[in-house]
Amino acid sequence: MDLTHSPSDEAFRAEARAWLRAHVPSERLPSLETEEGFAAHRVWEAELAADRWSVVNWPAEYGGRDADLWRWLVFEEEYYAAGAPGRVVQNGVSLLAPTLFDHGTREQRARVLPPMASGEVVWAQAWSEPEAGSDLAALTSRAVRTAGGWLLSGQKTWSSRAAFADRAFGLFRSEPGTPKPHQGLTYLMFDLRAPGVTVRPIGRLDGRPAFAELFLDEVFVPDEDVIGEPGRGWRIAMSATGSERGLMLRSPGRFLASADRLLALWHAQGSPASAHDRVADALIGARAYQLFTHAAASRLMEGAPAGPESSLNKVFWSEYDIALHETALELLGEEGGAADTDWSEGYVFSLAGPIYAGTNEIQRDIIAERLLGLPKGRR
Amino acid sequence: MRFLLDTEQRAFAGSLDAMLTAADTPSVVRAWGRGEHGPGRALWSRLAKAGVFALAAPETYDGVGPLPVELAVAFVELGRHAVPGPLVETVTAAVLLAGLEDPGPAERLLPALVSGEAMATVAPGPGSYALDGDAATTRLSLDPDTGGLRLSPGHGPVRPSLDPARRPTPLSPGGELLATHPPALAHALVWARLAVAAQALGLGLALLDRTVAYVGQRTQFGVPIGSFQAVKHRLADAKVALEFARPLVFGAAVTLDPADVAAAKVTACEAAYATARTALQLHGAIGYTAEYDLSLWLTKATALRTVWGSPGECRGTVLAAAARRSAALNADDRRR
Repeated sequence: MDLTHSPSDEAFRAEARAWLRAHVPSERLPSLETEEGFAAHRVWEAELAADRWSVVNWPAEYGGRDADLWRWLVFEEEYYAAGAPGRVVQNGVSLLAPTLFDHGTREQRARVLPPMASGEVVWAQAWSEPEAGSDLAALTSRAVRTAGGWLLSGQKTWSSRAAFADRAFGLFRSEPGTPKPHQGLTYLMFDLRAPGVTVRPIGRLDGRPAFAELFLDEVFVPDEDVIGEPGRGWRIAMSATGSERGLMLRSPGRFLASADRLLALWHAQGSPASAHDRVADALIGARAYQLFTHAAASRLMEGAPAGPESSLNKVFWSEYDIALHETALELLGEEGGAADTDWSEGYVFSLAGPIYAGTNEIQRDIIAERLLGLPKGRR
Repeated sequence: MRFLLDTEQRAFAGSLDAMLTAADTPSVVRAWGRGEHGPGRALWSRLAKAGVFALAAPETYDGVGPLPVELAVAFVELGRHAVPGPLVETVTAAVLLAGLEDPGPAERLLPALVSGEAMATVAPGPGSYALDGDAATTRLSLDPDTGGLRLSPGHGPVRPSLDPARRPTPLSPGGELLATHPPALAHALVWARLAVAAQALGLGLALLDRTVAYVGQRTQFGVPIGSFQAVKHRLADAKVALEFARPLVFGAAVTLDPADVAAAKVTACEAAYATARTALQLHGAIGYTAEYDLSLWLTKATALRTVWGSPGECRGTVLAAAARRSAALNADDRRR
């Protein structure tokens, strides 16, 4: 049991902190969910990438720093403590990139990863469909074989970042009529500006187009943009959903920084006793999440698989995030209803947590069946 | 950084678990609740042989400590099996005695606590009840007027508790003055809270295990009730709460920081209590009876919430420490 980072990891922390102090924009960037904000965030990503702070855990040949999990966690702590902007590249970096490292070709990695890291090509995820939701095995969008590639048709929905992004990745049914619904799916990358793609931005609760509907009509995708073996997309995608639910999507650094901001807000509002317990719980929850992650990282570093434990993670952080923001809005009083603050933006974002990346109902089923061993039953 | 129990620590947990499983703790708990201390004392000396009470005591006094991580490992198992008696208090007394400026009382009293010949109890505040004053042979009290630490000469009547196996007693005033201002008081409180937090985590894990087993075999409408989503989701929530309390408990054992320990105490106790509510709901009527063993865990989970620091006090400790930390950071920023 050890909770101290090595001196070299602490040196890495100091280097990251110094860089962030010198570079983090002093003015808050406009919301990521606006065209202007999206563009501003791309500029920030390019600045990060220029000094190789954009994807610290990637190999150096793709613009990273070969950082292990500990250094990645250290970087994330420093990043959020410095008040740095949200990451517009996150979908690509945390969902597509790990899949490419595990299942992509060398050519795909060399072509796709560097512009992803710099924000030059921003990726949207295109997994959900109107009738499928968290049940990815129910996908019906098709990939039909054609000369030199595939033709994609169908509809995707709630595609995060798709309103302003460049490219997307998702699962398509390439072999209809397989005995099991998760067979015969193919994992592909496609251009959101290709002929046959219609992007219809959807306003989320606050009206901002955080995601979009995609209508695909015989969109051509060359063979080079298929990830892994055709028909094996389910297994390939599953290795990424583990990291989506798990630690890569929500690093503890983010919640430690949020809890500190909540504490500062509480003090600024005169430390009202009515919020005493919830502010304390926010601080405790961030610490619990940090330590839980340290334990998970320790296991991963010893070669253990991520496993269904990532479902515990997802339920915890998604509910934690909402509780923290609810407390902040209550502390802000009437101003908490204003839609143009970091807290209100964060609140709207947090509300989606229990819905996406596999709803929390799905996660609780996984916890009950795979971690507790309860019998499967009717949903 | 390697935030995982090592092989030896896991083996220690496993051997305590096996020993306590074989010991039929429910009958020990019931006897203890009736004031029959024999089976409890027998179990106590086996725990001492396994080294449990040596973990908080330094080598000078026959101990092997301080080993707070191993102590947390042990107390998770003690909680898992609902072991009765002044376990937390004996550990707390060991830390208090070992921290006195005058080594006399520790030399005289500590080896017997380590070996299991003696049990100790401690009143958490001046005039407050001490657990199992009738069973303990070393009773430490705080003088209401001076705050001095005294070896109490006796105890008052046992007051019935919601958890029948917890038997709080007033301690008699007076007795030998061991220290006028015990310097280790705050440190002993940290150990007490750590031990309670670990014990609560173990209780919660046992409540979850027992309930999972129950809903797997209890049928309604022709199927196990554990196949219903409403049942599954309550148990999944209990699992989430306990699995996020666990790293707080072991993290606190590593740092022994009072705020970390307070955070672990409130979180583990609230998780255990929430699991107790879930366990009762999912067991239904049978869980609401004193004769079914589940009650032994249920009532203890309720009691631990408020001993050695209520949820409000523990949260207050966390907030105060965070405020000091952020003030220090701001001062640091201003100096730049």
